[in-house]
Amino acid sequence: MKSFLSVFRSLALLEKTVEKCYISLNGRSSRLVVQLHCKYGVRKIHNLSFQDCESLQAVFDPASCPHVLRAPAKVLGEAVLPFPPALAEVTLGVSHGRRVILRSYQEEEADSTVRAMVTEMSIAEEDFQQLQAQEGVAVTFCLKEFRGLLSFAESANLSLSIHFDTPGRPAIFTIEDSLLDGHFVLATLSEPDLQSQDLSSQQPRQPEPPLQAHSTPNLDDFTNDDIDSYMIAMETTLASEGSRALPSFSISPGPQPPCSPGPNSEDDEAEPSTVPGTPPPKKFRSLFFGSILAPVHSPQAPSPVLAEDSEGEG
Amino acid sequence: MPLLTQQIQAEDDQYSLVASLDNVRNLSTILKAIHFQDYATCFATKNGIKVTVEKAKCVQANAFIQAGIFQEFMVREESVTFRIHLTVLLDCLSIFGSSPMPGTLTALRMCYQGYGYPLMLFLEEGGVVTVCKINTQEPEETLDFDFCSTNVINKIILQSEGLREAFSELDMTSEVLQITMSPDKPYFRLSTFGNAGSSHLDYPKDSDLMEAFHCNQTQINRYKISLLKPSTKALVLSCKVSIRTDNRGFLSLQYMIRNEDGQISFVEYYCCPDEEVPES
Repeated sequence: MKSFLSVFRSLALLEKTVEKCYISLNGRSSRLVVQLHCKYGVRKIHNLSFQDCESLQAVFDPASCPHVLRAPAKVLGEAVLPFPPALAEVTLGVSHGRRVILRSYQEEEADSTVRAMVTEMSIAEEDFQQLQAQEGVAVTFCLKEFRGLLSFAESANLSLSIHFDTPGRPAIFTIEDSLLDGHFVLATLSEPDLQSQDLSSQQPRQPEPPLQAHSTPNLDDFTNDDIDSYMIAMETTLASEGSRALPSFSISPGPQPPCSPGPNSEDDEAEPSTVPGTPPPKKFRSLFFGSILAPVHSPQAPSPVLAEDSEGEG
Repeated sequence: MPLLTQQIQAEDDQYSLVASLDNVRNLSTILKAIHFQDYATCFATKNGIKVTVEKAKCVQANAFIQAGIFQEFMVREESVTFRIHLTVLLDCLSIFGSSPMPGTLTALRMCYQGYGYPLMLFLEEGGVVTVCKINTQEPEETLDFDFCSTNVINKIILQSEGLREAFSELDMTSEVLQITMSPDKPYFRLSTFGNAGSSHLDYPKDSDLMEAFHCNQTQINRYKISLLKPSTKALVLSCKVSIRTDNRGFLSLQYMIRNEDGQISFVEYYCCPDEEVPES
């Protein structure tokens, strides 16, 4: 391919000087002959050697795909712009409200402690010339190839049709005009629960807040032992604190951290979790009332996600 | 340049060569066209200066800057010859910067006292004067390609614009550049044989680019492409090029270069053929 491309290396020059181009195959000498007829009668002849090889024939039929999207390549081209250049795969699907979603795909094995950036673009149905797909369907394919075929379609100012089926079945991208007819077939990831990967959910997926890391060890101590040891711990703490601590026990599980200048946190309230004796009153509260408060430093309402399926009894 | 002449007037008698230019680029541009080796031999007579660069005893480039180009030109003896580091010379000539600023000119005064003395360059731009002293060396014998017009078999004169892109796009994976000159088709053909395959560039004899076409015999010669590639610099600067081959297959390329003031200088390249190619 390289040698063929080098013939057309300088596009500016070609546009200026070349009048005609003849491409022929010389079977006898195994040469692909490219003849460029240029201005002033000048002729460039390139004899490129080639080899016979077996070509793989892809078996596909756009008509057999139940879902079709069609949009000007420009619309899709702009939609993939925000994705990180290094991103390998992207998921395309249709969400609630008939919006087409493009989302960056992260492999499950990725280091979950590393919060990868997830990018999602959603395009309204009005921007599509054709949208024949059920809500909730989605397929994942290679972004690099998608970008490549999009830039080609954009340069030719054509619309791109995307025919797809269930995950795992190939997705077929077609462009068409009076001069050419292109079919790009990309494999899609076949994952059983791909469709359930909340393309349709409005809620952002909440990974474990890293803050958890601090409080969890303490929490475990409380949750795994029986109630008696909790009481003992509580009493011990009570003893070391002033009576000031008392009122906090009866306080309802407000999201507020103990606004009393906590006896526990002499330093900044910002980081009580680093102090081994993380305020047991709060913990105790959370245990009983089922909410896990984030450590003091950010007085925020415990989001519902935090009160999730951990081993907490409360 | 009153500043410089005041300084130097008194010492003029001791110099073997004195040359002055109002625009140093009239010299530096031509020298760049032959700058493919570090060292060059300068040969000055009352007619002008010839600067020669050679490589591998196979290719030679000559730059001719006639006396008329200079505002002042004096050569005391029959001829003055010395060898000099061309890269350093060009760096000095371009000391005020090589990109032309509209309206500013750098003036040059070049002086040489003779054998054993360094070449003195006085450059002035906007009142600022730079003095350079470059050591000279024993001149080496330059090759005599013995290329005389009587032995020329084929001669073509082309407008440079037609060859420029072709030369800059030559397939460098090819070891040789094959030149075919013939009274019959393909008339004038440049061929390369690279990794991907062969490429041919044909110029018909009746092309608009062809200024003169005198081919008597079909000749196909090959030249090492690495030796000829530097001639692209001269091609880019020139408006016309003459291509000649003699009975031994030696190649002469002569480039006509018009400088900023419209004056003509010549650069020529001589190259000996790579191997005998049986004429087919």
